[in-house]
Amino acid sequence: MDPIINLIIFSCLGVAMLALSIMAVTSKSLLRSATYLLLVLLCTAGFYLFLNYHFLAAVQVSVYAGGVVILFIFAIFLTTSKGEVLLKHQTRRYVFGFLGVVAGIGLTAFVLFKHQFLYESNTSMVGDQEISMSLIGQTLMGTGKYQYLLPFEVLSVLLLACIIGGILIARKK
Amino acid sequence: MIRLEYYLIISTLMFFIGIFGFITRKNMIAILISLELVLNAVEINFAAFNRFLYPHQLEGMFFTLFGIAITAAETAVALAIIINAYRSIGNININNLNRMKN
Repeated sequence: MDPIINLIIFSCLGVAMLALSIMAVTSKSLLRSATYLLLVLLCTAGFYLFLNYHFLAAVQVSVYAGGVVILFIFAIFLTTSKGEVLLKHQTRRYVFGFLGVVAGIGLTAFVLFKHQFLYESNTSMVGDQEISMSLIGQTLMGTGKYQYLLPFEVLSVLLLACIIGGILIARKK
Repeated sequence: MIRLEYYLIISTLMFFIGIFGFITRKNMIAILISLELVLNAVEINFAAFNRFLYPHQLEGMFFTLFGIAITAAETAVALAIIINAYRSIGNININNLNRMKN
């Protein structure tokens, strides 16, 4: 694709993502907040497509947009009555939060622009870099170096612990 | 050409928007939504670093994959705790939460 068009689409996606993030943390209605979060996560899937990680984009859409956001919406329905507006902290907290965030952005931006990333000479960025599904599967299921069977299994135990914990915590007494 | 820095700028801003929400929100579900933004920004960073700096390896991609799974697990447990808190104190504002110990 034409690099200019690429850049235009990328910046549209980025601006939309940041605007939706801001709306997600400032919206007065909780359900709207969750909807904006859903759109942010879909934009993130678009970023993964830009990076040529198609599998990651699919996982992002199915796990986040399909699973996590639905969970959020159910929790909101269970805990919030209709038309309820979110309460606010006092203004002082907003001011200090804003100052802290601006300081953090300044520090990170300083480090980011001070550092020279050494990838200019790398020509492998151009062209199709799609990772094949069989390579992903073998890497996920292998036991060798740079292969991830053990983390995968640990993650399955973690999910089991989460299922048990969720049932134990949320069940009726 | 899209540079690595563009991804990093966007994810930095998103990270700190999430932090801002984390500080200023009162509702526990809203705090969790801010936390999702933070984790999402981190995962973009993993994928972008992997693609630009080490394009022949897969570490960043798999970190993102595992990160997504861990985030989903964490959200499920946190929402269970929030529903439990709602059942015992009647709302989910963060400054009413110390009533749970009574």
